Amino acid sequence: MASTIRVRATSNGDITEVQALIQHPMDSGFVKDAKGEIIPPHFIQQLTFEYGGKNVFLADWGGGISKDPYIKFAFKGGKKGDDLKISWLDNKGATDTTTAKIQ
Amino acid sequence: MNLSDNEFSATRRLILKGAGVVALIGAGIIPFDSLAAANDKYPEDAFKQKSDAEAIKLLYGKTAEPSDKVKMDAPEIAENGAVVPISVTTTLADVSSIAFLVSENPNALIAQYKIPAGTVPSVANRIKMAKTSNVIVLVEAGGKLYSATKEVKVTVGGCGG
Repeated sequence: MASTIRVRATSNGDITEVQALIQHPMDSGFVKDAKGEIIPPHFIQQLTFEYGGKNVFLADWGGGISKDPYIKFAFKGGKKGDDLKISWLDNKGATDTTTAKIQ
Repeated sequence: MNLSDNEFSATRRLILKGAGVVALIGAGIIPFDSLAAANDKYPEDAFKQKSDAEAIKLLYGKTAEPSDKVKMDAPEIAENGAVVPISVTTTLADVSSIAFLVSENPNALIAQYKIPAGTVPSVANRIKMAKTSNVIVLVEAGGKLYSATKEVKVTVGGCGG
């Protein structure tokens, strides 16, 4: 299966800028469908970015994050060609992981 | 008889006092501990709170002071409440976490980001807003909590049916 995570990590030699886009419904549990029935909550709770064996960024999310979430941050260090590992875990226990090369 | 009664109540008072002290220490230490030790534990209870104040209390155990060093970039008017782009950056040093809250959402807390040393204290994300509301950004820096607040007008809600 294709990864749900799309990442772009670019280093300017000093700072690595990371942008990620994840495919996920992010249902909050407050929205009703066409039949008037509540769509049960289904959202990513934790998202981690790991570089060189260390977490460089951790996100704890609620259902208030938009569908197909987007996130942008930056960290010091990070060499071109090195791996950045991204993982998420949702409230139903589903998870996905991908590794991106820093450009 | 009288004496032993007094003795008893004195002991009792002492025990109660002791328990009170322990409770105070506990209240002071638990939020610190949960942040320091279990840095990656998901704060489930904070995310379930309806009010922004309760969520902040559960998440940090302290109140925030407004700071002009916390810069929030949010639209004046969001045409689509389902996708509202909001970013924050700060010049504060020693930042350990950044959190986003929407006061009028069914659950106020949107996200909390842990910022390890070496990571730039700047985050951009896209959030849902049920209706026009204050958006609160919290920055925890040097053990203190700072905030910025901005009202975002929503023309079409993102949480309604």
